[in-house]
Amino acid sequence: MNIWALPRIRSNAFAIWHRNVLVWRRLLGPAMVLNFGEPTLYLLGLGFGLGAFIGEMGDMPYMSFLASGIIASSAMTTASFEGMYSVFTRMVPQRTYEAIMATPTDIDDIMAGEMLWCATKSLISGVAILIVAAFLDVVQGWQVLWVIPTVFLIGLCFAGPAIVMSSFARNYDFFNYYFVLIITPMFIVSGVFYPVDTLPDTMQSLVQLLPLPHAVALTRPLVTGQELVQPLLHISVLSAYAIISYYIAVVLVRKKLLV
Amino acid sequence: MPDPIISAHALTKHYGDYVAVDNIDFNISPGRCFGFLGPNGAGKTTTLQIILGLAQLSSGELKVFDLPIPEKAREIRARIGVVPQADNLDPDFTIAENLSIYASYFRLAQDQALTDRIDHLLEFASLSERRNAKTETLSGGMKRRLTIARALINDPELVILDEPTTGLDPQARHVIWGRLNELRDKGTTLLLTTHYMEEAERLCDELVIMDKGKILDQGSPTELIKRHVEPEVIELRGVDEATLNTIRARVCDCRIENLGNSVYCYTHDAAAQLNYFHNEHQLTFMHRPAGLEDVFLKLTGRELRD
Repeated sequence: MNIWALPRIRSNAFAIWHRNVLVWRRLLGPAMVLNFGEPTLYLLGLGFGLGAFIGEMGDMPYMSFLASGIIASSAMTTASFEGMYSVFTRMVPQRTYEAIMATPTDIDDIMAGEMLWCATKSLISGVAILIVAAFLDVVQGWQVLWVIPTVFLIGLCFAGPAIVMSSFARNYDFFNYYFVLIITPMFIVSGVFYPVDTLPDTMQSLVQLLPLPHAVALTRPLVTGQELVQPLLHISVLSAYAIISYYIAVVLVRKKLLV
Repeated sequence: MPDPIISAHALTKHYGDYVAVDNIDFNISPGRCFGFLGPNGAGKTTTLQIILGLAQLSSGELKVFDLPIPEKAREIRARIGVVPQADNLDPDFTIAENLSIYASYFRLAQDQALTDRIDHLLEFASLSERRNAKTETLSGGMKRRLTIARALINDPELVILDEPTTGLDPQARHVIWGRLNELRDKGTTLLLTTHYMEEAERLCDELVIMDKGKILDQGSPTELIKRHVEPEVIELRGVDEATLNTIRARVCDCRIENLGNSVYCYTHDAAAQLNYFHNEHQLTFMHRPAGLEDVFLKLTGRELRD
């Protein structure tokens, strides 16, 4: 088969998704501590601590600004972690994919299932923070429910690049490069802690090429009840990242696992 | 002859300049056990990967269940069970769950019929008592049995086994052989690779001997033995060079080969030579019928393979 062939996704992708749900369900306790505990600490510490100095940012209390940004960035980190550490574990040391590839479920399905699962984890983490944020009086209005599909899309958008990293990682240490060189800088410049328009002009246009500012630009108004600006542009950027990175991941994993 | 379940014509697989599979032809009939026998690096595993559509063919033509590979690989894999060389059971699940999860990759309905099937397969693998154990608690033999049970979850017409008993102790190996014979008796076609002569001799109705990507010969174990070696062998151990030279000079009517400090005399009638060895020196010797190992060593040579 041609490794560049366009992927075809079948219902088999759900078998992969379902497998991961079953494993996750078993480790529900520690997963929930991470999902609720971490954002609570962030929001209480930074939101109240910094918020006391800053007061308002972008026409809203700093707590609201920060909480809505953290929902988007946590969808990013959750999908990235899952797409790297967990996917690599199943692909290389555990040889789970090798076993699956002997069945009618192939690489196209495996990658699609993994991306769906990464996005599901982003959704779980996003909703957990949203609940914490609601208790902190950040959430304004029912449009907030749109955050749920949004964090799922953000998850898809970051799952693909993370799986791409897994496909050429030799070991877990390799992921440090991706986190330190890509994820963390993006986390800092994408409008999570302060508005993107406070950056120098040239920097601002570069930042707009990254996916996270678009994720934040969608999530923040949905949480805080402000008006959405250019939602289609943001959705398109996130979708484009998801689709293109899915294709690249499929090609690279085919190259790695098909001999 | 019924239609072959696999027919391969001029299969070739290159990795750059290296030729892993070199222009091979074979046909596998249904309901038989077909073996690929060869030293490490002979191209056995690559051939299996090609059959599953998991290795790209450089050239040649391959049909499985009369469907072309790689175009119909997904449909073909739905009807095949695979026991890989290295165990790749899912460590995140228990033994019984490994079977039900694997069934989901075939999109089999998770219903009572599947539950019954899993119970039956666990019994077949003698693992019913351990059904809720994690896979890491299993011994090598148990893991292999579970892997074979897993390969049967889709009720396959063809089961492909890549060195099914490598690394197992003799007891575990005999249990696996028993199970594989049961399967074949029920009409499942088996395709296995091995470098154990005993395994090939016990299980295979027909086999090919492969080396360096080529098929050297093909036939039933008895046919191959008849075709390539004399029926009787006298094997001598601990022979030094001087003795070897004496034997070469004195013993006639037999083909002499040596490997390390063992000497093999291949002959049609061992009586005369046996008489000589009985009277001569304190040589330790063994008289036995020729076997597949003799054919194998004759065809693939005696140098070390790494």
